[in-house]
Amino acid sequence: MNVYDVVAAVVDPELRVVTIADLGILRDVTVDGERVTVTITPTYSGCPAMDVIRADIRQALRSAGYADPEIVTTLRPAWSTDWITDDGRSKLAAAGIAPPGPSRGPIALTLGVRCPRCGSPNTEELSRFGSTACKALWRCRACAEPFDHVKAY
Amino acid sequence: MTSVDYVLGLGDDALVAAQRLAQWCARAPELEEDVALANIALDQLGAARLLLTYAGELEGAGRDEDALAYLRGDREYRNCLLVELPEPDFAVTMAKLLFLSAYQKLRYEWLAAAGDERLSAVADKARKESAYHLDHASLWTVRLGDGTPESHRRMQDAVDRLWPYTHELFEGDHAALRPQWLSLVTAVLDEATLTRPADGGWAPGGGRQGLHTEHLSYLLAELQVLHRAHPGARW
Repeated sequence: MNVYDVVAAVVDPELRVVTIADLGILRDVTVDGERVTVTITPTYSGCPAMDVIRADIRQALRSAGYADPEIVTTLRPAWSTDWITDDGRSKLAAAGIAPPGPSRGPIALTLGVRCPRCGSPNTEELSRFGSTACKALWRCRACAEPFDHVKAY
Repeated sequence: MTSVDYVLGLGDDALVAAQRLAQWCARAPELEEDVALANIALDQLGAARLLLTYAGELEGAGRDEDALAYLRGDREYRNCLLVELPEPDFAVTMAKLLFLSAYQKLRYEWLAAAGDERLSAVADKARKESAYHLDHASLWTVRLGDGTPESHRRMQDAVDRLWPYTHELFEGDHAALRPQWLSLVTAVLDEATLTRPADGGWAPGGGRQGLHTEHLSYLLAELQVLHRAHPGARW
């Protein structure tokens, strides 16, 4: 496995079905001799998962034989949900988490969210804030199942 | 050249707002609101950490975000008075969040396009978060203002009580943002059937110079007590 793949396989600590590469949090991996530099970006400014992500990257690299990597955090270009890959969106949906629509401008309009369980578009927002900074809580009116939705951002 | 005090002002607004919002945790009117206010507090804290780290680097005296948050006295804080005021009623919290998030959104949008690359990067993220906070505060302001006679009375009371403190937000360089701020806020107050207070009355200030209300001391005592009793404590 090359170095990039080692880092790319690190799982997001709060959305355990997707990797940091799927989410678009991983920006770059460079190798200079023994020295690995990893560049990541936060989703929200206060995302509390960043410290765990850094520790997990260190652990993964150590297991692959790369000691003491440098982990750089960049804010530019700012992350948006458009950075989530198609593969990442499929994995979220398969885990019962409705993926975001495209973000447009400073506030994304949520035009409609399909239930990740039964596929019905007949859904409603229960709370604009959910279990993590990046999610809102929704409910399906067709199958009555509540579900998480990654907010377009 | 960006001044240390300017960045501290931005960071302290966010830090003190985060601390006030976090005080609602487990006390909000409903469970969803607990989660919402804690999430907004987390966004504010995230921005505060980035801003205080930058302020410490600009100052060049070796102070990091923790030293600035935990080891400054109230006279060294540069936040506006609005954020430190107590929140005895949920309506006060929402009026404050409405005024603050509209202000932060405009200020971050301005900074995102301004010359300081570091501030611009922080602002470019934070402006999206502020827009979401503004949306949340607007929904509550309308729900309470255009609600029952009791909720209307309390929402109007909160708006009236906090209005004088909004003048301080536009001191100095940011006077040009007030017309835009007024149009954002007035649209929400109108929809909420609330009366916008008249300008020209009492306009307290001094926060940016370190002259605060007594409320900041109590807030900082709670924020700082652990770090001061056990310097460098970690878990």
